[in-house]
Amino acid sequence: MDAIPAGALILGVKLFLVVNVLLIIAAYLVYFERKISAWMQSRVGPNRVGPLGLLQSFADVFKLYTKEDIVPALVDKKYHMIAPVISIGISMATYAVIPFGEYYVGGVNLMAVAPGISIGLLYLLAMSSIGVYGITLAGWSSNNKYSLLGGLRSAAQMISYELSMGLALIGALMISGSLDLLEIVKSQSGGKWNLFFQPLGFIIFLVAAFAETNRAPFDLPEAEPELVGGYHTEYSGMKFGLFYLAEYINMLTASCMVTVIYLGGWDIPFLYENLAKAGISQGNPLLALIQFGVFFGKLIPLLFFFIWVRWSLPRFRYDQLMDLGWKVMLPLALANILLTGIVMTILQYFGIL
Amino acid sequence: MNIKKNTELERMTFWEKIYLPEIARGLSLTFKQMFEPTFTRQYPEERWIPTGSYRGRPVLVLEEDGERCVACGLCSRVCPALAIEVQAGETDKVKERYPAKFEINMLRCIYCGFCEEVCPEEAIIMSKDYELVFTSQEEAILGKDKLLIPIAQLQDRLEFLRQYR
Repeated sequence: MDAIPAGALILGVKLFLVVNVLLIIAAYLVYFERKISAWMQSRVGPNRVGPLGLLQSFADVFKLYTKEDIVPALVDKKYHMIAPVISIGISMATYAVIPFGEYYVGGVNLMAVAPGISIGLLYLLAMSSIGVYGITLAGWSSNNKYSLLGGLRSAAQMISYELSMGLALIGALMISGSLDLLEIVKSQSGGKWNLFFQPLGFIIFLVAAFAETNRAPFDLPEAEPELVGGYHTEYSGMKFGLFYLAEYINMLTASCMVTVIYLGGWDIPFLYENLAKAGISQGNPLLALIQFGVFFGKLIPLLFFFIWVRWSLPRFRYDQLMDLGWKVMLPLALANILLTGIVMTILQYFGIL
Repeated sequence: MNIKKNTELERMTFWEKIYLPEIARGLSLTFKQMFEPTFTRQYPEERWIPTGSYRGRPVLVLEEDGERCVACGLCSRVCPALAIEVQAGETDKVKERYPAKFEINMLRCIYCGFCEEVCPEEAIIMSKDYELVFTSQEEAILGKDKLLIPIAQLQDRLEFLRQYR
């Protein structure tokens, strides 16, 4: 046992849990995406594999694994192979800093993969921007005009919306006063969610999150009527599957970010005071589980919202996308910062804050 | 110089221009749609039974004392896709002729129903059978063994023909 330090072992277990839970959640997101879209279109949706079709995603993955992996002759083979790995790897790496709850053993929070990172939010933003490399590389290495267009669109779109996303977050940061995600969650405890103080920032962040995850109505990089399949035209088999998976994990990442930054993480007003009275207080594993449950409960409506919007709104035209990003969202995000700053200064002057 | 502008952007009201209320309207529409009933038929379990007017696989009527067909060859003659082949034979019965060979190539058949229309004996009629799956070309050529269907199973179609033809 001496060979493996306890810390490494715990980290290994945490990584194993997070990666596997992520994959299973992504699989069920695909299932629910298909099911919800079916309900919205008066269809039935997958119902053949397993009870209610619950095993459909696993059948899909099995199909993707057993499919022939076609690599077209003229692609840049090295980057063609690396691109999906970057996509999925980066999207999973994001979960290193997201705290799902608080449970300390020896001063270390067990409910996050890498707890206590003081620049957690910057890490999140950095990872979500690097994610675009996967898509752009895929588009470029495919040696196909449509793929290249998709990759370029993705890069342009990411840069445009990254700005408003980051600026929208600054408002929330000014209130929370920390980049550490755990601190951000704690600062919102007791119902002081950033959503109520930053409604404009919340909307801007949400819209930018849609653009960041390449989901409809911002799914221009893979716009099938114009670009065949966009960046994943030349991919088949599990490489395509990895892109697909990365999209759903990104969706989950965006929901986690919204939950942590705007919806107070695992906070529900009066829940934890009453739990403490009932004897479940900090240090009780049950509390950590309840916190995780609440966190997950907040993710579900957000994920539903993502799916709901995809099947309701038509895709933007490219110029409309750029107009919205640069002429509307960016000024609004800047105005949001200014407004937050003014209000905070006034409140501080009168000693309220 | 004095062009009256009437673009879509100018026609929109302020609330339409900021998109969000319209998006909410669209979202509420799809949300309501989620609870509407579906009309999907779970096919292999729930099968659709067509009405008498349905033109499925053409079949030959089999009565108690043998087939109705007298092998006149009109159906073969009228068939626009040349799907039917008839060879006549002779018997000592009252009805002197019978089809020694009657084949319909289902890969050629276009379900037009001309054979049924032209038949003087009402011997070839369109059935309700729409599940036509073949694994080879030879299998798709149906002979008398598969074409002859007892008259009891074809009452709907015969009634329809009597009523509307």
